[in-house]
Amino acid sequence: MRELSLHILDIAQNSIAASASLISISIDENPAVDLLTIVISDNGSGIAPKHLNQITDPFYTSRKTREVGLGLALFSQAARRSGGELKVNSTVGRGTEVTATFRYSHIDRPPLGDLAGTLLGLIVLNPEIDIVYHHQYKAKTFALDTRVIKKELGGVAVNHRAVVSWLKGFIYEGLDDLYGGE
Amino acid sequence: MKSLEELRKLRAELEKELAARNSEGKPKIIIGMGTCGIAAGAREILQAVLQELEKRNLDVITTQTGCIGMCEQEPLLDVELPGKERITYGKVTPKDVERIIVEHVVNGNVVEDLAIARLEEGGI
Repeated sequence: MRELSLHILDIAQNSIAASASLISISIDENPAVDLLTIVISDNGSGIAPKHLNQITDPFYTSRKTREVGLGLALFSQAARRSGGELKVNSTVGRGTEVTATFRYSHIDRPPLGDLAGTLLGLIVLNPEIDIVYHHQYKAKTFALDTRVIKKELGGVAVNHRAVVSWLKGFIYEGLDDLYGGE
Repeated sequence: MKSLEELRKLRAELEKELAARNSEGKPKIIIGMGTCGIAAGAREILQAVLQELEKRNLDVITTQTGCIGMCEQEPLLDVELPGKERITYGKVTPKDVERIIVEHVVNGNVVEDLAIARLEEGGI
């Protein structure tokens, strides 16, 4: 994967497969201490303790259809290659939290990439799932909570094309503003 | 700046529009969002689809599926018109999206040179 935003999209698919109704994505860019932290958490079915140490092994998967599972393995590899690490906490029946850290300035750290595309994709393709996004860059913050948006929309679907168009503008503008002036 | 105020106005407009429309029998576009699909460019395909639907003001359900075992053909995009077979397109590029939407979704003709599989209604 060329971008961290693609890893985020991919890891969130695990949450969807675990029947999560809420996925929280948090990004903290802190160049002052040379640290980038990405946390993806959900309220899905969780991972049994005996499988927790296997999940970054590409030859382990919970699927029955084939014998490889690359998502977490690739994300973990990207973190380790950039002087960071990947940790997974999970409680069966409660949910899972994936935390990846990166040395911010590391030459092998992939760019965050098109985060707006990732968020929009998750929201549009999974209108029944709520997404909470929190992104900190230095002292600035951009946040989005689909629960608030859906409340405003009442009976109108969050993936109606006119709403998608609004969301797209809202996210791109919010992220632009986050990096404003740089 | 996009605001929630703008969203409220949009809601009022859309509620009128939705009340007037029959919601059944919409075409469906399904995108493969497994690790293989994402790595091959599924997100960019979805963005091309959304842009095309917006441009042509088309009412289509967009949804996702996981890895279906045809990783080497990703990105995969399926089109299912009401009452018709589900057609799978493989190695789709953002440029192909416009053609698939115009020829298949709008005009009902399968784009034969891009199609790699077909499933009877209710299959999988």
